[in-house]
Amino acid sequence: MPAMTKKSIALIVLIIGAMVIPFIIQNEYWLHILTLSFIWSIAVYGLNILAGYTGYLSLAHAGFFAIGAYALGLLTVKAGLNYWVALILACIITSGIGLLIGLVALRTREHFFAIYTLCVGYVIYLVIDKWDSLTGGVRGLIGIPAPSNIGPISFQSAISQYYLILFFLLATVVVMYRIVHSLTGRTFIAIRNSEELAQTIGISTMKNKLTVFVLSTFFAGLAGALYASFIRFIGPDIGYTTIIFDLLTYLLVGGIGTLAGPVVGTILIVSVSQSLQFLQDYRMLIFGPMLTLIIIFYPRGIVGMVSEWKMKWFNKKKKAPAETWKSTYSDSEDVREDKVKEG
Amino acid sequence: MDILTQQLFNGLTIGSVYSLVALGLTLVYGILHIPNFAHGALYMLGAYVTLTSMLLWNFNYWLAIAISIVVVGLLGVLMERLVFNPLKNSPPIHDKIAAIGILLFLEALAQLVWGADYRTMSTPYGEVVNVFGTTLTMQRVLINVGAVIVMILLYFFLKKTFMGSTIIAMAQNRKGAHLVGINTNKVAMLTFLISGGLAAIAASLSAPINLVFPGMGHLVILKAFVIIILGGMGSVPGAILGGYILGFTESLGATYISNDYKDVIAFILLIIILSFKPKGLFSKEGF
Repeated sequence: MPAMTKKSIALIVLIIGAMVIPFIIQNEYWLHILTLSFIWSIAVYGLNILAGYTGYLSLAHAGFFAIGAYALGLLTVKAGLNYWVALILACIITSGIGLLIGLVALRTREHFFAIYTLCVGYVIYLVIDKWDSLTGGVRGLIGIPAPSNIGPISFQSAISQYYLILFFLLATVVVMYRIVHSLTGRTFIAIRNSEELAQTIGISTMKNKLTVFVLSTFFAGLAGALYASFIRFIGPDIGYTTIIFDLLTYLLVGGIGTLAGPVVGTILIVSVSQSLQFLQDYRMLIFGPMLTLIIIFYPRGIVGMVSEWKMKWFNKKKKAPAETWKSTYSDSEDVREDKVKEG
Repeated sequence: MDILTQQLFNGLTIGSVYSLVALGLTLVYGILHIPNFAHGALYMLGAYVTLTSMLLWNFNYWLAIAISIVVVGLLGVLMERLVFNPLKNSPPIHDKIAAIGILLFLEALAQLVWGADYRTMSTPYGEVVNVFGTTLTMQRVLINVGAVIVMILLYFFLKKTFMGSTIIAMAQNRKGAHLVGINTNKVAMLTFLISGGLAAIAASLSAPINLVFPGMGHLVILKAFVIIILGGMGSVPGAILGGYILGFTESLGATYISNDYKDVIAFILLIIILSFKPKGLFSKEGF
């Protein structure tokens, strides 16, 4: 398949591009921004597999991000653990809490799930904010160490941190790719398209939903832990609901339910909002309507838009009937339409 | 005893405000089946419009409220036309995200126009009255009375007028309503108008005893969601009942448990309810 090889060549070029960027940019500030957007991307991937592929919009992910960050911060600062042990533990703790919350939260569906998780997220934020003796309350947690050395490799410089986080991002993308293109991934999509139908053909929806929820909190926790060691300071703000809205914007702009969407959207929005620094609190004046417009006109974001154009162009060239090239997502939309709006 | 009556009255006052906000939310949910996250922003704008017309043009309190109802109601209609109507046929996740987008925009807009500082709204009804040994401010009495009047009016509108019946019909069955010749577009717009108006009334009444700031809708909208889940999504009596239940729980909880955690009570309540009843307490829809 020539299309496939073209795709993999493009992918290799992109990865090599990401590898050499630190030598091209030579600007610590932009390297910092890029690293930061990689961290956010990991969290957005976590949200994407849940909201994009399984159709459950969780608004608690800022909370899980904060749990990951605080777990790492507390384990390294207060318990004095080795960084890598703490990183693994932070991910396990976040997924563990995710499992407990998922067990109850996933009994609810659609709007109830969104509202439930919104409240869970708010409670997590309040707990972090008010539990002064453990988390330091509004003062936050200071002095989180950078990743400790592995043998001769140290992670003190900005470039080495960039590579470390790039590694984690690539690992996340690979895991996501493998999941989405496996039977498990197909199962998730089946649940998104119609939960009743999935159940009818013998899919254990609860087990699968729980799997995807835990997975998704795992990545949120990983991103949080990386964030804590990268910024070296955390406050309760990172668990506030504005963060989940940011994550949603990244996901929506890039493309919900697409593999490339999270990283495209995050890098784009993070760098654009850096250039719009003067807007500060008013950036939502632009991002709010953008979010709404994108969901109306391009529900699958930039990535979806590009692939739509590509398909149209491809169809024109091949003069093939358009129906066969309809994406799985637009099929699913037709299915959902009847189900949902009858309510 | 004295504290208890005082707190019960407080609960009644908070409950009235919550009920009004939840009513608007539940009406929209009943009609369109979307959780309108932007409702909190409408509430916030309602307070700001009243405040502005009072300060800028020196309008009378009541005139200012009327203006606020019209402005916010029309804003609701605009929202329906521009955002929710085009999204009629998309998956529910899209409506939610679009609503969040509107919420973020309106909040940033309020911050741009009015600034981020906390403001107080003065009221012509600041005097204190003494009823059976409890001291009440006139404004709090006004909130209670006003809320009850609005609820009664809404009840008669829904039950006794033709327009109200079309709303109920559409909530019961959208396709059926369409089939008997109800203009569903018009009804959706009307519902948003009422919903916005209710938010404006709630905000204008409660603003003098609270503060006015861009984020004032956050907690209120979250609690309104708790209420409509408590009372059954789309149910009008449920929203009123749920509002008062939450109001009493909060004011008593603040006195007897902890004032710091009074805002958490609502969320804990919701988490407990949804854990055992994933579809809300009274999941049957209807009026």
